[in-house]
Formats: sequence, C-alpha cells, structure tokens
Amino acid sequence: MRIGVPREIFFGERRIAVAPDSVPLLAQLGFEVAVERGAGTAAGFTDGVYSEVGATLVASPIELWSSAEIILKVRPPGHHPDLNRDESSLLSAGKTLISFIWPGQDSELLARLAASGATVLAMDAVPRISRAQKLDALSSMANIAGYRAVVEAAAHCGRFFTGQVTAAGKIPPAKVLIIGAGVAGLAAVGAAGGMGAIVRAFDTRPEVKEQVESMGAEFLMLDFSEDGSGEGGYAKVMSEEFIAAEMKLFAEQAREVDIIITTALIPGKPAPKLILADTARTMKPGSVIVDLAAEQGGNCELTQPGEVIEIGGITVIGLTDLPSRMAAQSSQLYGNNVRHLLAELCPDKDGQIDVNMEDEVIRGVTVVKNGEITWPPPPPKIAAAPPTPLPTTPATTTAVKQKSRGLGTLAALMVAVATILGVGAVAPASFMAHFTVFVLAVFVGWQVVWNVTPALHTPLMSVTNAISGIIIIGALLLIDSDSALVATLAGVALLISSVNVSGGFLVTQRMLHMFRKDT
Amino acid sequence: MPAGIIPAAYIAASILFILSLGGLSHQESARRGNLFGILGMLLAIGATLWDGAVTGYTLIIVLMAVGGAAGAAVASRVEMTAMPQLVAMLHSFVGLAAVLVGIGSYLDPGTQFTDAEKTVHDAEIFLGVLIGAVTFTGSIAAFGKLQGVISSSPLLLPGRHLINLAIGLTCLWLGYVFLGADSNASGMWPLLLMTTLALVFGVHMVMAIGGADMPVVISMLNSYSGWAAAATGFMLSNDLLIVTGALVGSSGAILSYIMCRAMNRRFLAVILGGFGTTASSSSATEVTGEVIALSAPETADLLATAGSVVIVPGYGMAVAHAQHPVSELTRNLKQRGVEVRFAIHPVAGRMPGHMNVLLAEAKVSYDIVLEMDEINVDFPQTDVVLVIGANDIVNPAAQEVPDSPIAGMPVLEVWKAETTVVLKRSMATGYAGVDNPLFYRENTRMLFGDAKESIEQVLTAL
Repeated sequence: MRIGVPREIFFGERRIAVAPDSVPLLAQLGFEVAVERGAGTAAGFTDGVYSEVGATLVASPIELWSSAEIILKVRPPGHHPDLNRDESSLLSAGKTLISFIWPGQDSELLARLAASGATVLAMDAVPRISRAQKLDALSSMANIAGYRAVVEAAAHCGRFFTGQVTAAGKIPPAKVLIIGAGVAGLAAVGAAGGMGAIVRAFDTRPEVKEQVESMGAEFLMLDFSEDGSGEGGYAKVMSEEFIAAEMKLFAEQAREVDIIITTALIPGKPAPKLILADTARTMKPGSVIVDLAAEQGGNCELTQPGEVIEIGGITVIGLTDLPSRMAAQSSQLYGNNVRHLLAELCPDKDGQIDVNMEDEVIRGVTVVKNGEITWPPPPPKIAAAPPTPLPTTPATTTAVKQKSRGLGTLAALMVAVATILGVGAVAPASFMAHFTVFVLAVFVGWQVVWNVTPALHTPLMSVTNAISGIIIIGALLLIDSDSALVATLAGVALLISSVNVSGGFLVTQRMLHMFRKDT
Repeated sequence: MPAGIIPAAYIAASILFILSLGGLSHQESARRGNLFGILGMLLAIGATLWDGAVTGYTLIIVLMAVGGAAGAAVASRVEMTAMPQLVAMLHSFVGLAAVLVGIGSYLDPGTQFTDAEKTVHDAEIFLGVLIGAVTFTGSIAAFGKLQGVISSSPLLLPGRHLINLAIGLTCLWLGYVFLGADSNASGMWPLLLMTTLALVFGVHMVMAIGGADMPVVISMLNSYSGWAAAATGFMLSNDLLIVTGALVGSSGAILSYIMCRAMNRRFLAVILGGFGTTASSSSATEVTGEVIALSAPETADLLATAGSVVIVPGYGMAVAHAQHPVSELTRNLKQRGVEVRFAIHPVAGRMPGHMNVLLAEAKVSYDIVLEMDEINVDFPQTDVVLVIGANDIVNPAAQEVPDSPIAGMPVLEVWKAETTVVLKRSMATGYAGVDNPLFYRENTRMLFGDAKESIEQVLTAL
C-alpha cells in the first residue's frame, strides 16, 4: 500500500508525520512512501533527504491524497489554505488516515471524517497499556514539551539554574516548581534537575511520588488524604477542600520559587486553574511561569494561549507549539510511534493493513471504521498505575516457618546428643576415643567453613578434594600387607589418591592466583 | 624412633588443614591457606613413610610419582569452565580409594580384633565401603552430566523411590549378615554384594537429578568423600584421617546447605530429584506480553552512556566461554568512567563459586564481584543490568507469583534497575521450566544470540 505524507497546513506547525529515518523501516514493512514536496523543510528535512531514503516526492497535495491509501499526519485535518477546502474532503472510502484527531473535543470533525467513508486512527487515543507504549505519541510529545518548557523558562529567566561560587560572589541555585508529574512534568523535572536547579514537584496522584523522587526532585505533599488517580493513569477532578489546600501550597511556593511549570490536565475537561492571578503576582520579579496546559485554557489565570506575556516583571509563557519548536526531534519520535502502529496493523509485513477490532490497542485508536464512528472505545481494563502492594500473608507464613525451623534445630540437636550417648553406651572404649576426635573435628570444620567467603567456594571444594586425598595414608599403611591382593588394592588406592593430592592442591593454587584486585 | 613423633606430626597436620580452610575466608589469605594445606599433607605423608611399619619405598615412590604427575598434568591444563568436572572426578577418586582401602583392610591378615572391637571394626569397614562406593559412581555420573557425556536432564525410572528403598533395605540386611559372619571368607560375599548395590545406587541417585541442581550434588559428593575418608580413619584407627575426613565432610555439608537455601528447596527434595518435570506441565501463570529486542550497537550505546552497570553472569556465560570478552567489556566501560560491578547468585553455574572462578580467570578484580545480598539493595540505583546467560536466578516470579514452582527462592532483583538487557540464545524457559516475566517487563530489552558473540559485537560497537 502507498503511504502519503502531506505537508502540515496548520499555521506555524513545523513537524512532519514521518522523519527520513522511518522511511526505510516502513519500506521493510512493505509500504511505499510518498511525501509532499517541501513537507519536511520546516523540520529541517529537505526533499533531497527524503528522496535519498527512497521516498517518492509529489508536488500536488491533491495528487498525494488521491494516490495514497494511507495518509499520515500530525495535526487533525483542517481547512487547506491553498486548496480552499477541508482536508477531510480529500479522504474517501477505503482510505485510512492516521493522525492526532482529538475526537472528544471536535465532534464536527469526527462527523466530517465519518462522512468520507474512510477509516481514521487517532494517535491521541492510544490505550494506556504496557503493550501500547511504543505507539504512545502523546507521551512522546509530552516528553518533548516538558523538556522544551524548561528550555523556554531558562531563556526567559534572568539567572543561572545551578548554584555557583564565583570570584564575584555566591549564586544560589534556582528553584523550580513543577505541577503535575505526568510524562511532561517528569521530563521537566529531569531537564531542570539536569541544569542544576532545585526541583520540587506536586501531583494529586500519590503513586508518582516515587517516580519524582527517583529523578532527584522533592515531592511536595499536602497534609490531606485524597487519591487523585483516575482511569487509565490520568488524574481526576478533586474535592473543593483539596483544591483549597493545594492553592494554599502553591501560594506559599510562588513566593519562594523562580520558575513554575504547570502541566495539570484532566482528560476531557478544561485545565484546572491552579495559579491564580494574585498568586502569580507574588512571585519575585524576573520569575517565569510556563503553562503547558495553555491549549486547554491554562493552569494559570494570566496565561494567554500561544503568547509569551510579561506582567509586572513576571513572564508567563503560554506557547502551545512546544513540540513543534523542536520539529526534527518531535517528527522523529512521532514517526516512530506511527511506524509502530503500522507494524501492529500489518503483522505480515506485506504492506497490507488490517484494522483488527479484536485487538485492544487497534480498537482503542480506531475512531472511525469505514465511515462508522467507533469512538469512544470501551473503557480499558488495566490501569497504568503500579500494582497494589503484595498481600502481607507471605510475611506471616515465613515467620511461622522460621519458628518451626528453630524448633527443628533444637530437635536435631537433641537427637544428636541422644545418638552420641547411645553410641557411648554400647561402643568399646577404644572406639570412643576416636569418636571424640571425630565429633570435635566435625564441629571445628563446621565453625571454620562458615567463614569461607562464597567467592571462594570453588577453591574450597578443590582444596577439600586435595586434603581428602589424605586417604593416601590408609593406602600407605596397607601396602606392606603380606597378602598380595591387599597390597594390590592398596597400591591402586595409593595411585589414585596421589592424583587427588597433587591435582587438588595445584588447581587450587592456580585458581587462587587468578583472584586479584585492581589497585 | 620415639612413638610420640607420629601422633605429634598428625596433630600438626590436622592444625595445618584447619588453617588451610580458615585461610579461605578472605582472598588475601587464601593462597597462604593453600600452602598450609600442602605443608600439612607433606608432613602427614612424610611421618607415615618414616614410620617403621612402612617399607617397600621404591614401589610407593613410583606409584606416588605416577599419580602425582597425572594429577599435576590435569590440574595445570584444565579449563576454568571445566572445574565442576574436575572436582567431580577427584571426588570419585576419593570414593574409589575408600572402597579399595576398606576391602583391603577387611582382608588384611595383619589386623586381628576380638568380640566387640571386631564388630565395631567390621561395621566401620561396611560403612566406609558403602559411602565410598556411592561417592565413586555418583561422582562419575555427575562428571558425565557436567561433561555432557550423559544428558543433564533428570532420568526418572518408574518407581525410582521404591528401587532406592529396596537397595537401602537390602544393604541393611547385608550389613547384618556381614557382622554375623564368623570368618573373612564368609563375610566377603555380603561385602561385595553391598558394594555392587551401592555402586548402582550412586549412579541412580545422581541420574535423577537435573543439571541446575548440580551445585547441590557436587557439594553433597564433596561431603560424602569426606565422610568416606573419616570412616576409613575409624577402620584403621587413624585420627588424622578421622579429623581430615570430618573437616571435609562438614565443609561439603555446609555448601550443600547454602546451595539449597539459595534455591529455597529442601535438601531431601533435591536429592530425590526430578525437579522441573512436574513444574513445566503445570506452569501456573502464563506470562503474556511483548519482548523488545535490542541490537548489539544499541546495547553498546546504552552501556556507554550509563553511570552504573551491574553484570549478572549465569551458566550461559560458562557454556559460551564468554568470560574473557565480558572482562574486556568491563575494562572498556571502566575507562569511560562507568561503574561496573558483578552480581553473583549462590547457585549461578554448576558448582558453588563457579562464576567467581571464571571471572577471576578473566582477570576481573574480585572487589567488584559482589554477592546477592550485597548487591540487591543497589539495583534501584543502577542504570543498566546486563544478564548474561542467567534465567531462574533473576526471575521476578519467585517473589511475585506465590504458586510459582520457584516461589520463595532468593533472586537477584534486576528488574528494579532502570534498564535490564538480557543476553539469551532464544526465548526458551530456564532449567526450572518456569516462564520468566522479566523478559516482558517494560524496562527489559533482549539481546538474542550466543553470549560470546554478542559481547564481542558490543565491544566492536564501543
């Protein structure tokens, strides 16, 4: 099947759905790739690069849309300025469109797409299950947005992130507060931490605490217990008391920190307003707020979506195109996500796709199937949240086991004492003398060998091999026997136990010489 | 010669043997420990030869020289990967020597006892020959399995427990007949018949035990060889043999115990054998998911950019002889400033401490080779874990799946690291026949292929 990659027509969009890296990999799956001329230019991929990796270049968008069976896009279809018609009208029955669609926010678009009779797969509808992670374009983009948010903040912030002691004086490190520790938030934590700032993060879902702390940031806790984990690993709307408590926390933090990055989103709802105008104004002059939720209305009251504004010395960044600002990187990751989806659709690698609605992942992303709206999908069965801790029953059973083992040791000891006494009662005195030696030697051996380091267990075995060759003494004592048979037996024993003695000690020595420590 | 000299020499030799084992508690003192052992042995042999009772030096010296030369030849050539075989072979020699000395001692006209002493002496002979014979053939079977001459999968005869029981009861009855025999000639047949049965038993017992339980088997045979020497000491009334045999016997017993604990299995369950056959048919939990394969250059990239790397070797590394490339990889990464350490599970490989010896052979510094308990706490702070040819010892099912056949076995918690790369030939299950959920984890990557070739490719990419 032929894949068509049109130029993105949304104003200011620099990304492209397929980076040159992915073209040969798509060819391996059996697809032929056509790219609209100039589609990759804004992302830094020239037409020449695309034709080098085997893509066909097509000048006319109409020809591109009509000749390809599969269309790969980044932004949802919209009004095409050059053609003066909607991109969805370029689709027809039998074609497949793979793109961000946001079906929950634009039902009109969904209806238009359904009217075309095509099949539409939404990259924003990938179910949040482990198997689908490699398709998760939202996470890829959020990761980039989180990183870029820190870069933008650094560009607008008038100070170092890392603390320094210079000849001119001491500079304390910048303090960064990150609200919402999803993929974007964690990427921001990592980027800000990497630049040397003191990073704090807040989230309504307590299970992310570990992730935040694992990245070296401090997790801010409310003295309030309410779990904010919603379905599929996303957050949910919190109670009023909780919101009041968290507002208070943000107001306190705003006076202290230099940078606030907000990433709080609740699926299908406008972004919660977390940084009120009054709170923002209490920040130190020169501080920066980056609002990653700007597209959904913003977490900060001052945010102007798509704009960078300055109010009273505080910069509020409401850019909505952060992934597009790193178009080469975004295109590459998005292209990989799309390629993984195509690999799922085309298990036979024959260039034919099969939208198998039995497959949980494919079912999730399919929003229109042959002109029929199939969105929303049935709810996912597995939450992406970490599993609940193991039940505590094993701990108690092991405790019981240990207790019974203690009793067992005691019993064994008593049996051993009884055996020794029993032996003493019947055996002749000459035997008892040897028996004493034997028991004491077992005891000494037991004490000594426990101290042997596990690393030397193999040399221990070979040296015990060598010293159990002491049986050579037995052979020596018998070899002078008058009986020829006995002497022969003893001779053979002598021969093989000599092998033991010399072989055992030598190989031990050889091994021990190998153990060495780099100085 | 004063009569006190020989016992004095024996006491000195015993002390030297104890010091020899004690020296192995640290790498620094281990070599000196081995020298003590050699010294003890020379002293013991020298004193015995000096004793007036021993004559015919020419024959003795010839036999010892031939045996010693053979031992030296084997010891200086053996490959470190073949250490388990060598140890098994040496065990079998002790067992055979015990059998020969036992029968010889019974036939020796020089020893005459009466009444209770005769009964005790005969019992000692019977026991010594029994243990020696089991050790002898058991070790030969173990050798065959380790060498690959015999299939390492457990051989399960129908009614094998009954066979063992029957052999045991027959030996008891033969013992009764043997002790009641009024002359050497009439005692000979029960002794020889018992020896034959014990030889059969030794083979049968080890055949029923699978490859990965070899650390327990080897330790157990080590212990038996000690008890055989001790029993010989009793029959010859020789305290030095008793002491040495007891030392070796308890050493082997401790090793067996440590190995069993490391697999969370009872000693008896291992010895009865057959592990892994019932487990595979009823593999309780089916693991589903997708494995993510990785190429050698990508692995190289991952390792070069990591801050800390832990390498977990298993039997697969020994099979592929990959220890030298692994050591090379370690040096390469260290030069790049990557912290590299090794994590050794007690039952990794086919005998206790097997992995340590292989790494030592490849000149890996022993201070970066850590035990399970030392390293387990560090996995959450580790960037990359490289699992080379290990499976069951890194299986999270041991902790997470209560009805898994390996549930409760202590394992290396590699999945807690940021990324785990598993080098493996294929997706086959480990020895225990348990599917390994580690391979399906999100942070696990698989590097398929022969361990040695894979590591060499990674090195080239670096």
